[in-house]
Amino acid sequence: MSVLVNKDTKVIVQGMGKTGRFHTDRAIAYGTQMVGAVHPSRAGQTELFEGETDHSGVPGRGDSYNLELPIFRTVKEAVAATGATVSVVYVPPPFAADAIMEAADAGLELIVCITEGIPVTDMVKAKSYLGYHSSRLVGPNCPGVITPRECKIGIMPGYIHEAGRIGVVSRSGTLTYEAVHQLTQVGLGQTTAIGIGGDPVNGTDFIDCLRMFNEDPATEGVIMIGEIGGTAEEEAAAWISGHMTKPVAGFIAGSTAPAGKRMGHAGAIISGGKGTAADKITALEEAGVTIAPTPTDMGAAMLEAMDR
Amino acid sequence: MKIHEFQAKELMAARGIPVPHGEMVTTVAEAMAAVAPLVEAAGNPVVAVKSQIHAGGRGKGHFAEYPELGGVNVVLDGIEGGLEATKRRVGELAGRMLGSTLVTVQTGPEGKKVNRLYIEQGIDIDRELYLSIVLDRSSSKNIVMASTEGGTEIEVVAEETPEKILKAEIDPGLGLLDFQARELAFGLGLEGAALKNGVRFIKALSEAAVELDTDLIEINPLVVAKDGSVLALDGKMSFEANALYRHPEVQDMRDLSEENAAEIEASGYGISFIKLDGTIGCMVNGAGLAMATMDIIKYVGGEPANFLDVGGGAEKDQVTAAFKIITRDPNVKGIFVNIFGGIMKCDTIAQGIVDAVAEVGLAMPLVVRLEGTNVDLGKQILDESGLNILSAADMKDGAQKILEATQA
Repeated sequence: MSVLVNKDTKVIVQGMGKTGRFHTDRAIAYGTQMVGAVHPSRAGQTELFEGETDHSGVPGRGDSYNLELPIFRTVKEAVAATGATVSVVYVPPPFAADAIMEAADAGLELIVCITEGIPVTDMVKAKSYLGYHSSRLVGPNCPGVITPRECKIGIMPGYIHEAGRIGVVSRSGTLTYEAVHQLTQVGLGQTTAIGIGGDPVNGTDFIDCLRMFNEDPATEGVIMIGEIGGTAEEEAAAWISGHMTKPVAGFIAGSTAPAGKRMGHAGAIISGGKGTAADKITALEEAGVTIAPTPTDMGAAMLEAMDR
Repeated sequence: MKIHEFQAKELMAARGIPVPHGEMVTTVAEAMAAVAPLVEAAGNPVVAVKSQIHAGGRGKGHFAEYPELGGVNVVLDGIEGGLEATKRRVGELAGRMLGSTLVTVQTGPEGKKVNRLYIEQGIDIDRELYLSIVLDRSSSKNIVMASTEGGTEIEVVAEETPEKILKAEIDPGLGLLDFQARELAFGLGLEGAALKNGVRFIKALSEAAVELDTDLIEINPLVVAKDGSVLALDGKMSFEANALYRHPEVQDMRDLSEENAAEIEASGYGISFIKLDGTIGCMVNGAGLAMATMDIIKYVGGEPANFLDVGGGAEKDQVTAAFKIITRDPNVKGIFVNIFGGIMKCDTIAQGIVDAVAEVGLAMPLVVRLEGTNVDLGKQILDESGLNILSAADMKDGAQKILEATQA
């Protein structure tokens, strides 16, 4: 079991530029069921993907792949023709919010938006639009979602993952890889790893992921990786206190970040004295979360939380 | 991106939002020449001389060169002495303020050099209020915040008397509705002409925020004048970086002299860089990992010299530029490179490091921690380079090694 995506998940891709093409190729190599692409001016054509299988992915496949991915004009047409339930968005920032809304209107269950740099005003509108559609959005500005050995959607390196027992949720990209790598090394592995993204306005939040992992029978524990800015970690801490039945470990980046400076991510900023790492760590510890003192100790912190 | 008060007022005035008359000046002569037309147009002998820097707390700040002199000065000399007295005093103030260093709670102890002044008409103030528009992350909407406690720091009001802050959400599709603006104006205790003007002001400001993609608009104080007009006495605006591409008129307002030169240079390479006060330079891929690297340096007892995210798709050019920027800081005594290669391959980074060192030289310890795609190839390139590079097993090991190396 897993959350959000599994070996049966059919995925379309919006945005077939250099980045979209590269990561679509990596996903196909991993064994993800990529079934179509959306490009308004290239409909009717196909995009060829061929290469060597990534054997860290879905087991039981040959050593190479060769796939003619069909291209559609609209998301609706792609869904009708392929039965896809998930879209991954690599569309450039000025057009990405529109791509998200198009996917929502087509009724996709899950939209994973990788694009970094979408104007906040656009995301405010897209988020409002999603409010009266049933789609779940993950991202934007995130590495994506992966269920190891089943389905990889996004830009994360597949081979550091291993199927296992821990749910991973994170606001940061490379720090997620760090956590995943350590979980693999200590032998816990992952059920599903979800990057929720570093922007101030995003779709799925910590609480959504914690709830899904709490209900997933295969997930035995959760690690959450937060960072400075906003109050999402504090809100998650309150939810954990009231609802979480599984052990949770955590790490918060930015203990040494100066106030008022945007630390790379649009959302990672301490403003008006709010959103400090210390506040978040205190809130999570009070909720019973085992906090890793350094990013090197995330795997160890998860093991400790499981033993408690 | 931040802009100056005079620019914020220019943007507001262009959208029909009332602001006092004023003139931006950069010399004493310009300052004196600005006085007469302002006094005449306003029919008020009082003017204010306001420092223009990208930091708040100007009124309560002081000049390093003239500790008794604040960053904002109201000139009352004209009430008795007439226009000539005002001009003389403005000239005197401008002579001292221009080119001097203003230190406020937001500038840090080093302060900021004042290159521009804003000469503004005086207002007969009845009441001072507070108004701002900011993104509320919990609701994913922009909200208008208003308070009767104008002129004071809003964080203090929020902490001590949160009931004095009124809030209204701006609907992303519909904008701020008329009744919401009325409720806010009633809540601020506005009546008569001031009520009508206040409603109009709040509506117009909320439209400007959406149109201009602002991160923050803060009017503190928003003043009600004795004649019932409602004006922005101060105006702070900052803009969301991701949306700047669609606002060329705002991009033109960028004042590079207010920003850190190294940070500007880094952004040209797609590198996100923030200078800090420590001695250990860091080069990392990914913002979260870059922050975590600073944290772990501090954890083992060191002090990071910077935040540096080379970005997800960094190549040799970015790595070389990053090295140059880090080593230019005279406080840096050693460098810690921490890369978790995903899309970015470790061999590419390793080759970038070797080439960069060949180009810029290396007169200090360098610790490299590589993990991820093609890690073995990467380590091999570093080993065979003949360079004096210490290899780290993990982040903590790397942080300890660079600390020891810089203390040796």
